[in-house]
Amino acid sequence: MDISFSAEHEAFRQEVRDYITGALPPELARKAEADAEFEHAEVMSWHRILAQKGWAAPHWPKQHGGPGWDAARRFIFSEEIELSGAPRLSPFGLAMVGPLIIQFGSDYQKQRFLPKILAGEEVWCQGYSEPNAGSDLASLQLRAEDRGDHFLLNGQKTWTTYAQYADFIFVLARTNGEAKKKQEGISFILCDMSSEGLTVKPFLTTGGTHAFCETWFENVKVPKEHLVGELNQGWTMAKALLGHERTLVAGIGISSRALLRAKRIARDTMSDGRRLLDDPVIRQEIAALELRLESLKMANFRAIAGAQLGHAPGPESSILKLRGTEIQQACFDLCMKLMGMNSLTWFNEPGTVPDREHWVPSAFNYMRAATIYAGSNEIQKNIIAKLILGLPSA
Amino acid sequence: MDFELSEDQRLLVDSVQSFVKKDSPIERMRRLRDHEVGWEKSTWKQMAELGWLGVLFPESVGGSQLSFVEVGLIIEQLGTTLVPEPITALVTAGVPLWKLGNAEQHERYLSPALGGDTSLALAYLERDGRFDARQIATRAEKTASGYRLSGSKRWVQNGHAADHLVVSARTSGGPGDSDGVSLFLLDAGQPGLRRTTVKQMDGKKSAMLELEGVEVGAERLLGEPGAALPALELALDYGAAATCTEGAGVMQTVLMMTRNYLTERRQFGVPIGSFQALQHRAVDMFVETELAKSTAILAMLDVEAEDAAVRQRSISIAKAQLAESGGFVVRQGTQLHGGIGVTDEHDVGLYFKRMHVLSTLFGDAHFHTRRFASLPSFTRNVA
Ligand SMILES: Cc1cc2nc3c(=O)[nH]c(=O)nc-3n(C[C@H](O)[C@H](O)[C@H](O)COP(=O)(O)OP(=O)(O)OC[C@H]3O[C@@H](n4cnc5c(N)ncnc54)[C@H](O)[C@@H]3O)c2cc1C
Repeated sequence: MDISFSAEHEAFRQEVRDYITGALPPELARKAEADAEFEHAEVMSWHRILAQKGWAAPHWPKQHGGPGWDAARRFIFSEEIELSGAPRLSPFGLAMVGPLIIQFGSDYQKQRFLPKILAGEEVWCQGYSEPNAGSDLASLQLRAEDRGDHFLLNGQKTWTTYAQYADFIFVLARTNGEAKKKQEGISFILCDMSSEGLTVKPFLTTGGTHAFCETWFENVKVPKEHLVGELNQGWTMAKALLGHERTLVAGIGISSRALLRAKRIARDTMSDGRRLLDDPVIRQEIAALELRLESLKMANFRAIAGAQLGHAPGPESSILKLRGTEIQQACFDLCMKLMGMNSLTWFNEPGTVPDREHWVPSAFNYMRAATIYAGSNEIQKNIIAKLILGLPSA
Repeated sequence: MDFELSEDQRLLVDSVQSFVKKDSPIERMRRLRDHEVGWEKSTWKQMAELGWLGVLFPESVGGSQLSFVEVGLIIEQLGTTLVPEPITALVTAGVPLWKLGNAEQHERYLSPALGGDTSLALAYLERDGRFDARQIATRAEKTASGYRLSGSKRWVQNGHAADHLVVSARTSGGPGDSDGVSLFLLDAGQPGLRRTTVKQMDGKKSAMLELEGVEVGAERLLGEPGAALPALELALDYGAAATCTEGAGVMQTVLMMTRNYLTERRQFGVPIGSFQALQHRAVDMFVETELAKSTAILAMLDVEAEDAAVRQRSISIAKAQLAESGGFVVRQGTQLHGGIGVTDEHDVGLYFKRMHVLSTLFGDAHFHTRRFASLPSFTRNVA
């Protein structure tokens, strides 16, 4: 056993770090330094910069424009990006529909969609959840009727993140209402967001930003070429995709970055005539969280080492999602606590609180979503109970 | 021991409940979030007429001098729909005004507030002071006719709307000293006082104050110079007790809201409340709510204890419990609502935000745990 990255991997880490420092435009670097939130347009501009370097899609195979990195390099890259505070790229094209098209798509789909996803020229969103199909996704009801040369879509999706900016949406739709099992009548379809009959209404989140939307389909026509894989095989494909990049779901870099922010806040906040960072109780509390994060990091390394050897990520990745999101939330809880009364601030004028603190309350609120989306933590626990521990069902 | 409410107290609770239902459901708070002031004078007056603003204060100033239990019961019910009127600010500014003020000051500043014609604010927090009322740098220098105040105050609850402000400043000593803290009465429009309205996470507004050489006459000083700390700390404990009772109302509401959602929301063909994992979570929420309600009672009763150490001990127990239990309840309440709980449209997020504010105001868990450990009672019987 060996728990260190190879010299080569460490050199790669340095290369990534140097690159980010050089490539991040000054305005974005300033925002990253203040841990500010990025506008969608800023995220896309960073996407295009990374794309030029060939680093926008670390996990894509080389033939489709990926850099051809191993799992360790992908982890290092993602950790360094997150640690830098640079914008996080939208995952829907790069991490979700892209790999699915690569694996199951037609040649037409590969040529039509992949280059634009990679280049950041077309933005995607994910249309899985519906008002009555959340954790129980297989109950989804968006209908796609076969109309000869096209499908006709009717129904509603919800919680569609960044649908308001998207050029395309990939949906799971019901193509066979008669199937024996609900899972068997679902297809994976790509749909142009500018289609007639498609409307989007953004929700305000508890974080005070417009992050997700309701998306309605009323007689929306979708050409048949936009069906990915076989008819009624959507569920199987979507599930295959779930294992994808599961080694990155812990968000180690996000938490590391938030912990650094916590330490800086503690350094800059006075209490009892000294820095909060020098209060032994506070110090211990920050340390306790960092210890949890270090443990998770080791668990994550084990998953990566497995992936290096070519093992498909198994249900163990649920551990990373579970603990990773809990720690992300705990990091923001901690920042709020350290801020004291400043943690009450809500989108005030610059200077009301230190720049580093300005976005924390919004993120603290929105961060509650981390244990809900991408398979809620309760669902992750169900998976572990069933698939790892082999416990009986009720 | 007796935890039963008296007949009068029960009637009081009923009347607040019916007010909350009819006159100030949660939609009202939602609407007022976007307004400049965040609360309404007409409702403030209505509350005065219902007799709610004066319950703590003596009849001589226009109150009915019942006890803090009545105040707590009112605030707990108002917490169920996050009623935004500044009662806690009235209590925290009104207590030192009552305890230290003379008859003239009572008549001029306290009585109009109890009558619902004006509102008050207590300004004591500063940038480097965290929650400690002694850690203040604002100075009050003696002048020929009174005092000149210079410094700044932060996050003054209702400071943006108050007609009169009770402001702490040093007449002697330096940050951290117990002696030398004085309280002054300022008018909203006092020359040299600059107020900036700021937005809070819970939809309320408060104020940042700049005191740029504010000149006041000696009649604006409350009590003896340099001796206000005990009354100020008492006021902050009243504030803490108020947040504990409001928090109890918030938790109870989130608990029931979540319980109902678990019953209605169906996934996998069954109500999600039939999953044992979620039943246990709801039970934990219930347990935490009951614990926090219990310590809120302790706070209501002991905030009026003769012995300051007894009072401080009880308040710190309740305030630390509020942060722990309240934090758990609103987090789980959000979690169990799934995606809808993260939208601004759903009410659970409003309670989530208010709970954070309540946990922070008048000292967070860190502050109160430390205070609890620093009291003689903590090491009593330990040689
Ligand atoms: C910020 C955010 C962004 C999102 N973005 C997208 C997106 O882009 N595209 C998309 O398709 N979806 C998206 N989602 C939707 C997300 O996947 C769902 O919210 C999630 O699947 C939960 O579904 P639900 O909200 O309907 O909650 P429900 O499924 O109704 O769950 C409510 C509660 O019950 C629990 N629960 C449910 N079933 C069980 C069970 N069997 N055992 C124990 N507990 C259970 C859940 O964990 C949760 O706590 C997003 C959600 C959020 C919050």
